[in-house]
Amino acid sequence: MGLELYLDLLSQPCRAVYIFAKKNGIPFELRPVELIRGQHLSDAFAQVNPLKKVPALRDGDFTLTESVAILLYLTRKYKVPDYWYPQDLQARALVDEYLAWQHTALRRNCLRTLWHKVMFPVFMGEPVSPQMLAATLAELDVTLQLLEDKFLQNKAFLTGPHISLADLVAITELMHPVGAGCQVFEGRPKLAAWRQRVEAAVGKDLFREAHEVILKAKDFPPADPTTKQKLMPRVLAMIQ
Amino acid sequence: MGLELYLDLLSQPCHAVYIFAKNGIPFELRPVDLVKGQHVSKDFSQVNSLQKVPVLKEGDFILTESAAILIYLSCKYPTADHWYPSDLQTRARIHEYLGWHADCIRGTFGVPLWTQVLAPLMGAQVPEEKVARNRAAMDQALQWLEDKFLGDKAFLAGQQVTLADLMALEELMQPVALGYALFEGRPQLAAWRGRVEAFLGAELCQEAHGPILSILEQAAKKLLPVPPPAAHATMLRRIARIP
Ligand SMILES: N[C@@H](CCC(=O)N[C@@H](CS)C(=O)NCC(=O)O)C(=O)O
Ligand SMILES: N[C@@H](CCC(=O)N[C@@H](CS)C(=O)NCC(=O)O)C(=O)O
Repeated sequence: MGLELYLDLLSQPCRAVYIFAKKNGIPFELRPVELIRGQHLSDAFAQVNPLKKVPALRDGDFTLTESVAILLYLTRKYKVPDYWYPQDLQARALVDEYLAWQHTALRRNCLRTLWHKVMFPVFMGEPVSPQMLAATLAELDVTLQLLEDKFLQNKAFLTGPHISLADLVAITELMHPVGAGCQVFEGRPKLAAWRQRVEAAVGKDLFREAHEVILKAKDFPPADPTTKQKLMPRVLAMIQ
Repeated sequence: MGLELYLDLLSQPCHAVYIFAKNGIPFELRPVDLVKGQHVSKDFSQVNSLQKVPVLKEGDFILTESAAILIYLSCKYPTADHWYPSDLQTRARIHEYLGWHADCIRGTFGVPLWTQVLAPLMGAQVPEEKVARNRAAMDQALQWLEDKFLGDKAFLAGQQVTLADLMALEELMQPVALGYALFEGRPQLAAWRGRVEAFLGAELCQEAHGPILSILEQAAKKLLPVPPPAAHATMLRRIARIP
């Protein structure tokens, strides 16, 4: 058995893994796991990842979870251009720095934005108070500013003159609030120009394909009561 | 200028960096006292605009984030290969752990210091139900740590000690220092802790953990400084974010 990737393109780390594998011509079998239908909570998937999260990778009898670990594994196992994760020690350290920073910063805020703005009210049928939503959006704003000031600065990409794993992980996060209807690039010309560069580097078609699902998040039909009940505690744990 | 490390030995990620560097990497220690609010000073903000420790500085190269610092140090300096081995799968296991650690260990195990020491210093109080929720989250995370990551191996990523073990142990030590018996009833994890500490050496562990091990005593004797007003806003925000 070759490489298998368990993904749901609704999930931002899954989109990063998907784009990376496709862009670099890495052959894989896609194993779709539909989160909004609770497929990640099945016994079958628990065999792959007992933590019941996507993305997950299987390569023969080696199983791996966590998007950053998966991206780095693919980078090392397959021949991919150096700029994704440079050999140069300092350049690479800056990619590692971003990948460590984003977990509790951009990732957290983009996820909360999607849930508070769309997934709770529309999909789960649970209203979110305007105060809560405002606080979430304010935190997102602070994080976007950090992304621009501390990481992008005046460079073409987050860690230097070329695209790297950092940019891929960042853009797939930012498309979460975009999917929720937030104009994250408005009034941020630097970030907007960066987005164009990342899209161009990835390829417009692949970028569009990977983001089709999230851009339709607002039109998801409401969850049925059983699914909602199953998902609720896990969602609450994930977005705190 | 050689290698400079900006650290506060109350901070868990700083412990990990300190202990790792003490294994034969020459560096200048630049102490940043968080309780005194030195991280929000102008000088330190020039080093790290995010106002967090640890930070590495080498000439004009500046690097934040403990995981990135540890990887950089292990690649740049002659350190034993087992910390960050080049074997594809073992290294992947280390990164898998570090990703999960950022989500499930880092935020959770740092909370007791805030509820027991830092919040009271600011005259703030964390509600009992949040403390209980945090305790439950720690238990859940310990269970995963034992079942999914440690399993029946000697260390988290295999039979040898790696950066993953160092990062994990340092987070766990903080609540332990504050009186949480995290290892009680968890013989496998307790044995793992014993192995990691034995590997690091009692002396180095003692030295690195000194400040955190005496924190309750210092707090009881009112020896800790009250954080300066400049640090209040970020500290209160951190306290409010405790789920
Ligand atoms: N740190 C992990 C995060 C994985 C994660 O939280 N995945 C989410 C989707 S974005 C998930 O599977 N959630 C389902 C659940 O927790 O019930 C990574 O980067 O891979
Ligand atoms: N993910 C970072 C975390 C750094 C961090 O949160 N440092 C804390 C001390 S443990 C800090 O400097 N806090 C000061 C503040 O946020 O105001 C790492 O691993 O280096």
